Amino acid sequence: MSTVNGTTIPAEKIDFGSDQEVRWCPGCGDYSILKQVQTLLEQSGKKKEDVVFISGIGCSSRFPYYLDTYGLHGIHGRAPAIVSGLRSVRPDLSVWMITGDGDALSIGGNHIIHLLRRNVDVNVLLFNNEIYGLTKGQYSPTSPEGAVTRSTPMGSTDHPFNPLALCKGADGTFIARSMDRDPKHMREVLARADAHRGTSLIEIYQNCNVFNDGAFETFTEKATKPLHTIFVEQGKPLTFANGTRGIKLNGMTPVVVDTYAGGTSLEDLWIHDERDPFKASILVRLFDDPRSEGAMPRPFGVFYANNRATHEAKLTAQVSLAKERKGPGDLDALLKGEHTWTIG
Amino acid sequence: MSTTIKKKPVETRENVVILFAGDSGDGIQLTGSQFTGTNALFGNDVSTFPNFPAEIRAPQGTLAGVSGYQLHFGSVEIFTPGDQCDVLVVMNAAALKANLGKVKPGGTIIANSDGFDKKNLRLAGYIDKADPLTDGSLANFHLHSVDVTKLTRTALEGTTLGMKEKDRCKNMFVLGFINWMYSRENALTEDFLRNKFGKKPELLDANMKALVAGYHYGDTSETFTTRFEVKAAPMPKGTYRAITGNQGTALGLIAGAQKAKLDLFYGSYPITPASDILHELSRHKNFGVVTFQAEDEIAAISSAIGASYGGAIGVTASSGPGIALKTEAMGLAFMLEIPLVIVNVQRGGPSTGLPTKTEQADLWQAVHGRNGEAPIPVIAASTPIDCFDMAFEAVQIALEHMTPVILLTDGYIANGSEPWRFPSAKDLPEIKPPVIASNADGDAKQSRPAAFDGSGAFLPYARDERGVRPWALPGQPGLQHRIGGIEKQDKTGSISYEPLNHELMVRLRGEKVARIADRYKPIRLDSGPDQGELLIVGWGSTYGAIRTAALQLQAEGQSVAHVHIRHMFPFNNGLGGVLKKYKKVLVPEMNSGQLRQMLRGEFLVDAQGLNKIQGMPFTGEEIRAGALKLLKS
Repeated sequence: MSTVNGTTIPAEKIDFGSDQEVRWCPGCGDYSILKQVQTLLEQSGKKKEDVVFISGIGCSSRFPYYLDTYGLHGIHGRAPAIVSGLRSVRPDLSVWMITGDGDALSIGGNHIIHLLRRNVDVNVLLFNNEIYGLTKGQYSPTSPEGAVTRSTPMGSTDHPFNPLALCKGADGTFIARSMDRDPKHMREVLARADAHRGTSLIEIYQNCNVFNDGAFETFTEKATKPLHTIFVEQGKPLTFANGTRGIKLNGMTPVVVDTYAGGTSLEDLWIHDERDPFKASILVRLFDDPRSEGAMPRPFGVFYANNRATHEAKLTAQVSLAKERKGPGDLDALLKGEHTWTIG
Repeated sequence: MSTTIKKKPVETRENVVILFAGDSGDGIQLTGSQFTGTNALFGNDVSTFPNFPAEIRAPQGTLAGVSGYQLHFGSVEIFTPGDQCDVLVVMNAAALKANLGKVKPGGTIIANSDGFDKKNLRLAGYIDKADPLTDGSLANFHLHSVDVTKLTRTALEGTTLGMKEKDRCKNMFVLGFINWMYSRENALTEDFLRNKFGKKPELLDANMKALVAGYHYGDTSETFTTRFEVKAAPMPKGTYRAITGNQGTALGLIAGAQKAKLDLFYGSYPITPASDILHELSRHKNFGVVTFQAEDEIAAISSAIGASYGGAIGVTASSGPGIALKTEAMGLAFMLEIPLVIVNVQRGGPSTGLPTKTEQADLWQAVHGRNGEAPIPVIAASTPIDCFDMAFEAVQIALEHMTPVILLTDGYIANGSEPWRFPSAKDLPEIKPPVIASNADGDAKQSRPAAFDGSGAFLPYARDERGVRPWALPGQPGLQHRIGGIEKQDKTGSISYEPLNHELMVRLRGEKVARIADRYKPIRLDSGPDQGELLIVGWGSTYGAIRTAALQLQAEGQSVAHVHIRHMFPFNNGLGGVLKKYKKVLVPEMNSGQLRQMLRGEFLVDAQGLNKIQGMPFTGEEIRAGALKLLKS
C-alpha cells in the first residue's frame, strides 16, 4: 500500500511499485513525487530492468526502495559520483538520481556541480524542502536567512543557496523547477527531463509537513499562487496572475508590467526561450522572498534546455577510438611492453 | 687532456651500488633510469630507488632540492637498491652533503666541480664556504673532481644552442662517462634520445654529442686509470622487461579485468605517489579501460562503486590522506557486497606527512579504519613485480568473493624498478565472478536456483557455500532489486532494523571475508630452517632487505628463518603454527609496530619489533644487526 497526499493506493495498482512499505510521514510531499514518477515510468514504456535509481541519504533518498527497478541507496551526498561511474560503463540504462537540499547542496555540493559540468546523462530530482528532515529539523543550505530551526533558535545566519542559479553557474544543460502540489506540471517536466540527453536537473518544491510545514504555500495555495508564480513555456510570453501581468526585459532587468487594458502588449513581454543561456541566467535569478514587498513571481517550468555531448559519450568514444587505432587489447603485448631483453 | 688513448685495465666487480644525485632539475632520474636500462639489457640483476623532493623545482642548490637515484646492479641476485654506495655521483655541493653518509668508506665520489662554487657551497651550508673537494675532508674516499659543466660546454661548441640548453646536457655527459667506467655501450640511450628528440634535431645532436664526449672523457682523462665490469647475472632464462611497482599495479589490474572479461573502471584523484597508476591506465583504453579523474577522493571511490554496480570492475587508488577520505565509501562497498579494488600506495604520514617518502604505517588504517564491523580483505605487495601479482589477485578476490579489497604498496616499490620475466596471458587464471544472468526467455532462475525463494522472488543476498552473494547487473529482467548502506534483511536485502537480524548479518559478512583465507596457499617460509632460534616476519616492501639479511645470517651459521606475509587480513592459514616454531620472532616494519601488534593479538606470540620511521627503507645491514641483537638478548 502507499499513500498519495493522504489517499491510500493499493500497491498492485502501481506497476513500478516495489513490495516495500513506504515509510515517509503521512502527508509528506514525497508521496506525490513518487506517484508522478511511477506514472511517468509506466507511460514511457520503459522496461523496469532498464531503469536504475541512485540516491544519497535523507528522507527523499529512500525513494529507490519504493520502485520495482534496480536501485542503489548510497551514502550522503555521493549519488552524483556513483551515477558518474555507473553511466561511464552503462550508457544503455535509464538512470535517475534522487537527492535533497542537504544531500545535493551541502554535503554533496562538490559532486553536484561536477556532475552538471560533465553533463552525465541522468535525471536528477532535487527535493527541496528547505529543512533537514531525517535528522529532525535543522536548517538546510536552502533555508532562508533568519530561519528558526532546532539548530538555529535565534535564526539562521547563513545566506541560502539559489539552487538553480548554482546549477546554471555549473553549466547544467537542463534546468527546471516544479512542485509537489502540481502533479500535472510535475509530470510534464519529468517527461521533458527524461527526454533530455545529459544531466536534467529538476528542483522540486516539496513540503515537509513535520519540520517546515508551509514553506512553499505562497506558491502552492490557490489564493496566492497566481500572483506569486509564473509558469514558463517555450516561445510564450512570461505572464502570470491569470494573464493580467507579465514580465518584460528592460535591457537585462526584468520588470513586472500590466498586460490588460492599455498595458504592455504580449509581443513586448519577455518571450521564453529555453535555449538562450543568457535569458536562463536571468530567469534563475527571479528568486525574491515571496513575503518581501514587490516580490517578483517565482518561475516554474523548464528554464534551460540545451544539448551538449554527454560525458559518457565522450568517454566511450575515446575507448572506441583507442580500439580502432591500436586494435582490441592484446594482453600479451601489454605485458611485454616496449623494451625487452632475452637471457639464455 | 691527453690525446693518446691507452687501453685501461678492467676490474671485475660482483655488484655495484651507484647513487646519482643533483638538483631536482638536473635530470638525475633520467640518468639513473637510463643506466639501469643499459645494465638490465646487458643481463645484470638490478634494483633501483629513486628519491626526490616533494617540490617540483625546489630552490636550486639547496639540500631541499636534492634528487637522487640509487641503482644496485650485479652478476648475482639483487634484492634491494643497496645499503651503502660504492659510487656517488654528485652534480653540486648540496647533493654531496645530503648523501655523503651513504658512501662506503673508501668508496668513489665523482663530483661536478662547477657545482661547488661559492654560491653552491653557501646554499649547501658548508661553513665558511669550505670546499670539500679541496679541503681534504674527503681523504677517506676516492675523489674525482670533474668540471662537467665546462666539459659539456666545450663538447657543444659550434652548436646553435644557448648556454642554458647546453648545460641541460650535463646529465648525458655524466651518463656517457659512467657507461665508459662500467664498460657499457651508449646504444640504449642513443635509441632513447632518437625517440625523444626525433623532432628536435638540435637537441638530439647536442645530447648525443654530450653522451659521446662523456664516454671519451673516460678513455682520455688520466684521472681515471681503471674501468670496471659487472658480468651478467645467472638470471633464469627468458624474456625480460623492466617494471616499476606502479606499472606492475596498473598491468595487474588490466590483466585481472581481461581475465574476468570485464571492462575496467578506474576512478582516482591525483596524489603522490599513486598518480602514475592513473597515467599508465589512461594509456590503455583499448583494453576497455575507462579512467575517470574525479573531483575528489570521495568521488573517485564512489564512481568506482557505481561502475562495479554496473558490471565493470571498479578500482580506485590513492595514498594515506586520500584513503582516509574514501573510508566511508569503503564501508558502503562492504555493505553492498560489491567488487571493488582500493590501492593504497603508502607514503610517510600522518596527514600530508612525507609525500615522496615511503612508510608502512597505513596497515591499521586498512584493516581497522572503518565505522562498524567492516572487515575488508587486505593484501600487500613486497616488490615491484609483486605489485603485478597482487593487483591481479586483488581483482580476483574482489570479483569472486563480491567484496572490496585493499591492496597496500608503498612509495619505495611503486617507484622502484626491477627486471620482470613477464608471464604470458594464457598462464594467468580465468576469473569467474558469481554473475546471475537471464536467458533469452528472460528467465534468470535457471542461472542460480538457490538465489530465489519459493515464490520465485529474487534474493540478492542469498549466499553460496562460501558466503558469497550473486551479482545481478541492471538490465537483467526479473532481477530488479534494491541495495544500500542501510542494514538489510538476510537474503532479501530489504531494510531491516531487527536486532537479531543485524547480529546475523554482521556475522555472515565477517565469515564471508574470513573464509577468503581458504583460497590462499598455506604460508611458506621465504628462507631458513622450519624451526629454530629466530623467525623474521616481514610484510610489504621490506622484503628485499629482510631477504638479504636472512640469507647472510644463514650463511653465517645463524638459526634464522624469514617469512613474508602478503595476505594481511585475513592471514594465511598456518601462520600461527609457523610463528610458534621459533624461540624468538622479530618483525621489522617501517612503522611503530602495526603488524607486530596484530600478530601478538591474533596468535599470542611475544613478537619483537624492529622499527624504522624515517621515510626511508631499511638496509639489509640494519635488519641483520637487529636480528643479531635479538638473538644475543
